[in-house]
Amino acid sequence: MRRTTSVSETPGSEKPGSERSIGERPGNPSAGVATATRGTVATGGVEATGTGAVTTGGAATPTAPTYQQPHQPLLTVEALQTHFELRQWGFLRVGSVRAVDGVSFTLDHGESATIVGESGCGKSSLARTLLGLHRPTAGRVTFAGTDLATLRGRALKAYRAAVGYVQQDPYGALPPFMKIRRILEEPLIVHGVGTRRAREERIAAALEEVGLEPAHETWQKFPHQLSGGQQQRVVIARALLLRPKLIIADEPVSMLDASVRAEILELLRTIQRQHRLALLYITHDLSTVRHYAHRAMVMYAGRIVEQGPVERLLDRPHHPYTRALLAALVDPDAANAHQQRPIPAGEPPSLLHPPSGCRFHPRCPAIMVGRCEHFDPEEAHPRPGHRVACWLHSR
Amino acid sequence: MSAPALLEIADLRLSYRTESGAVRAVDGVNLELQRNEALVVLGESGCGKSSLAKTLLRLLPRNAVAPEGVVRLDGEDILGYSEERFRREVRWVRIALVMQAAMNALNPVIRVGEQVAEPLRIHRGWSRRRALERAAEAFSEVGIATDFLSRYPHELSGGMRQRAVIAMALVTEPDIVLLDEPTSALDVLTQAAIMNVLKRIKAERGMSFILITHDVATSSELADRVALMYAGQIVEEAAAERFFTAPAHPYSQMLMAAVPKLHQQQPPRPIPGRPPSLLDPPAGCRFAARCPQRIDRCSEAPPSTTLAPRHRSRCWLHAGGKR
Ligand SMILES: Nc1ncnc2c1ncn2[C@@H]1O[C@H](COP(=O)(O)OP(=O)(O)O)[C@@H](O)[C@H]1O
Ligand SMILES: Nc1ncnc2c1ncn2[C@@H]1O[C@H](COP(=O)(O)OP(=O)(O)O)[C@@H](O)[C@H]1O
Ligand code: SF4
Ligand SMILES: [Mg+2]
Ligand SMILES: [Mg+2]
Repeated sequence: MRRTTSVSETPGSEKPGSERSIGERPGNPSAGVATATRGTVATGGVEATGTGAVTTGGAATPTAPTYQQPHQPLLTVEALQTHFELRQWGFLRVGSVRAVDGVSFTLDHGESATIVGESGCGKSSLARTLLGLHRPTAGRVTFAGTDLATLRGRALKAYRAAVGYVQQDPYGALPPFMKIRRILEEPLIVHGVGTRRAREERIAAALEEVGLEPAHETWQKFPHQLSGGQQQRVVIARALLLRPKLIIADEPVSMLDASVRAEILELLRTIQRQHRLALLYITHDLSTVRHYAHRAMVMYAGRIVEQGPVERLLDRPHHPYTRALLAALVDPDAANAHQQRPIPAGEPPSLLHPPSGCRFHPRCPAIMVGRCEHFDPEEAHPRPGHRVACWLHSR
Repeated sequence: MSAPALLEIADLRLSYRTESGAVRAVDGVNLELQRNEALVVLGESGCGKSSLAKTLLRLLPRNAVAPEGVVRLDGEDILGYSEERFRREVRWVRIALVMQAAMNALNPVIRVGEQVAEPLRIHRGWSRRRALERAAEAFSEVGIATDFLSRYPHELSGGMRQRAVIAMALVTEPDIVLLDEPTSALDVLTQAAIMNVLKRIKAERGMSFILITHDVATSSELADRVALMYAGQIVEEAAAERFFTAPAHPYSQMLMAAVPKLHQQQPPRPIPGRPPSLLDPPAGCRFAARCPQRIDRCSEAPPSTTLAPRHRSRCWLHAGGKR
């Protein structure tokens, strides 16, 4: 059995309920939300392209690492682990939840990728680790050439500005008693963006970009005065405000109706293309990825089990889990009512005690007994860019 | 019309009193349900689906105005029943409801088995022991191991809790089970598993279902018939085969185009605009502001027109409004 031993006492593992995020301000969701400036150096050295760099005035220009290194991915994630230490009665160590357990991938400038998996497989933990809200237990995240773990103070702040976050649950994402204007102004103030006037212009531009014009009407409102789709647009505007290079959108449409869902995904795609942003789109629903991402990564029990170009993954899935996810999806068709759908037995495993060998083996219809339950599958490459961790394909 | 309907809803209306005026959440709904039929009530959130469910079960909030219209169960107008009679003869006994988000509303300090058995003790007066035995059967029926009977809700996964609340709706063997968004909060595999359970129960038990959802693809997993709701009204009601392949109402057509299909080359097309406020809905067709096929007549309210047996649409294009 090859399994990484859990390092539950690593400094990075966290106790639930204690200060579990670096620099996250409780009760103030907008502060934890990173956004950045394009074309303007407002938050430090993060701006690498420097397209018509203009300082918005008032912004400090802290010393930060220069991120200018061509021909490398924007984001590199290597053998990343985020484990949460689980304690009983506040002190007894019970074990650790291996929410992210050996994840590796890269994301290029302007590339959009999706992470798909059932709830509880570690998608949000991965997102929050990439945002610097959880400290990794092991492994490395490199953003534009800089190791995230080395970032402190202003450099960390600059990183936060370079990564926009659309968090799960649009209804919980916006503080209910603040007007939209205040909500959007916060991150600009936190990141020291210019005068009131400059901030106002920036907010108006962002609101228009997400289709919430006239801005001066929208920003007078409280979140509850907006529909679910409009609230999600505000969240996206907030993620765009500081002109990021990467947006991480965690289940941005899971709670929305079909039409609004299509609208929001369309909006994300347009923004991503127009600004050449990298986008990490997290979802549990493979039916919403085809037109909205270049690449897909399928996550199961803390690991990525298959990744490749979206079209290929949907049309030629290799991993039994990816196949199961696809088989569970239906197009609207009256015949569906008369057929039982094939579903893998059981439920996703506990991440406190993940199964040995291939983590999918207890549910896998293709299991090769004697191998799958004992040994971690080696990654196979059916094609360049297509990776599968399954013994069916490893040999 | 075919056989006398098990459930017949005629011109049902429900509004809520609010500071800004009356919210007309259910505004003249006509529907019918046959025995062993599954009717899906489909619609965007806020169109009045849950209000319709609550009206049928008389589980209305305080600010609701007394509903108007007719609801016949086997020919008897149950809307006219006294509260006492309704509770004794209809709710849970003949129509059971799985409320929206019910799986999160289980009592955290009571064992799941007791909660699933409760309708039998309250509505049928069964002993605890007998009710628990029946609950155990219902558990197996929905695919939960019976040792979960003695667990607490937090010890169950979301999918298990959803199965448990479905079991709760089944124990009294009602004629109709009404499910309000039973899978919306679950991920695709769990959703599919729950739909498998419902399909099996429908086939084995001959029960009738009303499934309320905003999810078009999932709705096709149970539907014999589909009623599409928009701004408090049913705009189209049709057999599932018809609705999913060739819907008649412009809103139905646009909704189908907004749904992503797994192997479709063009991206889903959102419907521009938003539904009207139910505080002051437009006098004409409620979809007119978003409808590309709009004609002059559409500023008047379109009648519900029968296009074929058991196929109706509320649109001027089908009511002789064409020019
Ligand atoms: N702060 C935390 N402390 C302890 N456990 C956590 C924490 N955040 C997430 N988890 C656990 O990690 C696992 C993965 O959760 P999450 O990343 O939210 O999954 P997903 O987003 O895919 O639904 C779950 O078992 C969850 O309970
Ligand atoms: N208790 C209430 N008081 C006032 N308005 C309500 C109440 N409950 C629901 N509504 C309103 O009635 C309309 C229909 O709501 P609902 O029946 O919950 O729709 P759906 O289930 O289709 O999402 C919405 O506009 C909603 O805001
Ligand atoms: S490695 Fe084995 S158990 Fe795992 S998915 Fe492949 S065949 Fe199934
Ligand atoms: Mg999540
Ligand atoms: Mg509802």
